[in-house]
Amino acid sequence: MRFTLNESTVSLDVAGTRRLLDVLREDLHVTGTKEGCGEGECGACSVLIDGEVVNSCLVAVGQVDGCSVVTVEGLALPDGKLSALQQAFIERGAAQCGICTPGMLLAAHALLQENPQPTADEVRVGLAGNLCRCTGYTKIIDAVLACRR
Amino acid sequence: MGDTSGAVGRSVPRREGDDKVTGRARYTDDLVVSGAWYGRTIRSGIPRGRVRGITYDPAFDWSRVVVVTAQDIPGDNVVQLIRDDQPALAASEVRHREEPILLVAAPDRDSLAAAERAIHIEYDAAAPVFDMAQATETYSTIEIIKGEVVEAFKGAEVVVERSFRVGLQEQLYIEPQGAIAIPEPGGRIKVIGSLQCPYYVHRALKRALALTDEQAVVIQAETGGGFGGKEEYPSIVAIHAALLARKAGRPVRLIYDRHEDLAATTKRHPGVIRHRTGVKRDGTLVAQDIEIVLDGGAYCTLTPVVLSRAAIHAAGPYACPNVRIRARAVATNTPPNGAFRGFGAPQSLFAAELMVEHVAERLGVSSLDLRRKWMLRIGDTTATGQTLTESVSSEMVLDAALKAAPPFHLSNVPSVRRGRGLSLVFHGSGFTGSGEKKLGGKVAVEALPDGTFTILTASTEIGQGTKTIFTQIAADALGVPLEQVTVAPQDTSLVPDSGPTVASRTAMIVGGLIHEAAEELRDRLANRSKPKLPLRVDKSYVQPDTIHWDDQTYRGDAYPVYAWACTIVDVEVDMLTGEVRVTDLVSAVDCGKAIHPVMAEGQIEGGMLQAVGWATIEEIKMTDGGYQNDRLATYLIPTALDAPRIRTILVENPYSGGPFGAKGIGELPMDGPAPAIIAAIHDATGVWLDEVPATPEKVLAACASR
Amino acid sequence: MPQVAHLQPRDVADAVRLYRDTPDARLLAGGTDLMVMVHAGTVRPRALVDLWSLAELKGIRHVDGVVEIGAAESYTGIIGSALVAEHCPALVAASRTIGAAQIQNRGTLGGNLANASPAGDTLPVLLAADAVVVTDRRTIPIADFFWSYRKTALGSGEIIVAVRLPAAARGVRFRKVGTRAAQAISKVVIAVSREPARVALGSVAEVPLRARGAEAALARGDVGGAVAALAADIRPIDDVRSTADYRRMVAQNVLRDLLDGPSRR
Repeated sequence: MRFTLNESTVSLDVAGTRRLLDVLREDLHVTGTKEGCGEGECGACSVLIDGEVVNSCLVAVGQVDGCSVVTVEGLALPDGKLSALQQAFIERGAAQCGICTPGMLLAAHALLQENPQPTADEVRVGLAGNLCRCTGYTKIIDAVLACRR
Repeated sequence: MGDTSGAVGRSVPRREGDDKVTGRARYTDDLVVSGAWYGRTIRSGIPRGRVRGITYDPAFDWSRVVVVTAQDIPGDNVVQLIRDDQPALAASEVRHREEPILLVAAPDRDSLAAAERAIHIEYDAAAPVFDMAQATETYSTIEIIKGEVVEAFKGAEVVVERSFRVGLQEQLYIEPQGAIAIPEPGGRIKVIGSLQCPYYVHRALKRALALTDEQAVVIQAETGGGFGGKEEYPSIVAIHAALLARKAGRPVRLIYDRHEDLAATTKRHPGVIRHRTGVKRDGTLVAQDIEIVLDGGAYCTLTPVVLSRAAIHAAGPYACPNVRIRARAVATNTPPNGAFRGFGAPQSLFAAELMVEHVAERLGVSSLDLRRKWMLRIGDTTATGQTLTESVSSEMVLDAALKAAPPFHLSNVPSVRRGRGLSLVFHGSGFTGSGEKKLGGKVAVEALPDGTFTILTASTEIGQGTKTIFTQIAADALGVPLEQVTVAPQDTSLVPDSGPTVASRTAMIVGGLIHEAAEELRDRLANRSKPKLPLRVDKSYVQPDTIHWDDQTYRGDAYPVYAWACTIVDVEVDMLTGEVRVTDLVSAVDCGKAIHPVMAEGQIEGGMLQAVGWATIEEIKMTDGGYQNDRLATYLIPTALDAPRIRTILVENPYSGGPFGAKGIGELPMDGPAPAIIAAIHDATGVWLDEVPATPEKVLAACASR
Repeated sequence: MPQVAHLQPRDVADAVRLYRDTPDARLLAGGTDLMVMVHAGTVRPRALVDLWSLAELKGIRHVDGVVEIGAAESYTGIIGSALVAEHCPALVAASRTIGAAQIQNRGTLGGNLANASPAGDTLPVLLAADAVVVTDRRTIPIADFFWSYRKTALGSGEIIVAVRLPAAARGVRFRKVGTRAAQAISKVVIAVSREPARVALGSVAEVPLRARGAEAALARGDVGGAVAALAADIRPIDDVRSTADYRRMVAQNVLRDLLDGPSRR
């Protein structure tokens, strides 16, 4: 099977029912995507598949054949600099322990792509699938709002 | 960039921020260790009894895996902590249904699962005790006496009595527990793990695996949240991983999945707190008689210290001439409870703050006025007889919160009622009583030949900003730019024991030591024309001789200083469903000095949302000594859509004994929201609840029975 | 242990054949339920027949005065559909209460119907709307679809291909009561319609069900009678999430509010 991972092509010969999460972390050693629960409840394993944010613990890797997959490693700008969203997360204190941060960034990224000027409430809806235990969400919402275009 | 004009007080970029937003940060399970096997803990299925026998299905090829039982423990079969009661692996007696009996390691997950299915443990069950009221074993009792309570009640004109109940709570760090143990030559075992206290784990490893100081090496990996849940529990994970690695002769990864983590790891101590408060008709506080019973679960863990903090805070931030606090912690056959942010204080302050509301209601006065009348001020003495001499911010935070609170408005939906509640709390910074003296925390700051400086400390970064604020403190003390200061890895073979990353001590106590060490280093460097580098300054904690505490009478200066917070919450109660939504939360917090304002706010916002969760939706139901809520689909914490708008006001009332005036902040935010929410529910509905979580089921039933 | 096979049919006919001929096969769409169960070991299929990418199962269209939703269309697609917004706004409302963005991007009506969880959030809306389940071989009125706990009318090898919403779906009103605002399994979920009288609930029995007693009273215009009759129509239990008493009380309160109360925010 083949798919694009952060704009590079990946060819794999793996069992199609393996979780995309495991293939990313264990086969491809792309460990930015985290396992927080394995049940699709916490969002720490969020990735983008063809631009949509999904829980990679619920995706059978065979289902991304021919798709574009983006993980947190793919968010930085082509020259390696941090994206505005990543920068905002650091500056505004949106990342504390950081374990929810990759998934949160991808959900926020997808939200802003779909809705470049969300209200605070719309940001909450867009991030409702990403649990954070450190921040109380306040500064995460601030960081996303700061990236409105 | 030669900006030496003060990093402290500025919200500089998080030291490890780049790694965290790019996916480069390596948490325990991200680490690749070649040749590592997977480990798993096999746990008891019964809450109390004895292991009668273990059978290994002969159809399984046992040469494919490694099995470890209590017989394989080379050192003491004990998880070193306070009391030597908890075995690393149960040899015979079982005291809770998640008790580890044996361990298995295998080259792949399928073999591991197959091995687990091929092991059968038989038990002789015994009658378990689940109810605190039926407990027959006590872990700890504490009595705090001030004045003459029995006599004083005779002079009280109004007496109010009430009982409160507080529930279990799971820390719910988003990264589950895990450790990787790697055997190395010379009998060395290296453990890399998700943890808060490298030296707690170090001591536990030495004891159970009979290792010397040098043979045991503990390294903290990037850690995805702790909140106390990774204070003592990681010692168990580490011992287990190490035992497997030692027997297998290869590295072993022991990473919990969320279900195991929820089912088996420590929780906040639940309990019952009873108050009897005597006042004069004019509201003068005359006497407080308080009883606390906490459920420690099946083993002692840190229960005596949790009880201690609960007892010391039990009278609330108020000056009362006659106080009696009798606290005990008992054993039940439920999984052991342990450290969780606040550590007993959220539980006892919940009750103390609601008592103010009930006394005010009985007297027909405002609880706000009563708080102003009762609150501790400079020169007042606490329940332990400590005279507060500086940095007492009760009135400051109260006024600041009231000023910042948004205008209250009623609901325009007939079936929804809105209400507002307020609480005033304090939280002692640092270890209780003689704790810091006994710990004797150590740090070092070293000047390196390349012109940089490194901080050597075992205090861990778990999201709260340790690495960042330590570099700020050191850079300012050294008079150098921030970029020139680094923090050495939290590796016991490299750094001294600064004490655990707990008890709201990291900024004040350890930061204070770093400040001292850095200043001395600066002086030493300045005094020589060609200093010989590297040059290292070590500092050990010395308790100021102004702090007096008596462990026997439990009287004196319980903490060097207290931090203060006033919290105002607005709730909406849906009268059709009993659902409570916290819409706005304002908190004014004095932590002495915010070394990093954004991070200080972050601690407050995150801690308060954890308290909101504890007060509303984080319910744990027990069945047969185990938690029914053992998956993330059933143990629910607030999402971004549930979280209130949170507004934080940092009030700075510096403490002369803290670096740049800093006190502790980590746990204080956990203390205020729960009683304020109960008061807000009452404001909205006229109904008083006496427990947390105030679930919709309880709220609806209370409203219906009115 | 051999890996579970991932089978990718070319089209629905191919899917039917594979599903019928492969022993211990299960159907996979968005995986929001199935992948959890496979990983936890609570189901042990030998193969997964993957319907997710079949174009025939996607899309939302108007067919003969009826809105038809592909069985593998995501909830995000349903939420964003002008057709569904117009013909059954309650289905949009219910879809918004499922999980959050990640789950909505992969969850499907077909999956939720086949799973037949008594707590499925959209199922009471379908019941109240008199929806029709279209399979590879027949149509099944939704009232005949849920047989018993997680057991449906689907025969061996039968695949849901679409769900049809008749015109009356427009009048359905919906409310879900869960532990928190997102990512919550419901404690009570209810959908009602006045014309025709429909009262459908989830999480108050072992199946999503129609409250026939309440409907009879409602058909007579007796709202109070409908609320009273509801108690006997449902059989809620105590479980990890809530209690029977609470579910009963809340079901009645919410029914009264949906029928009589001011329109909700």
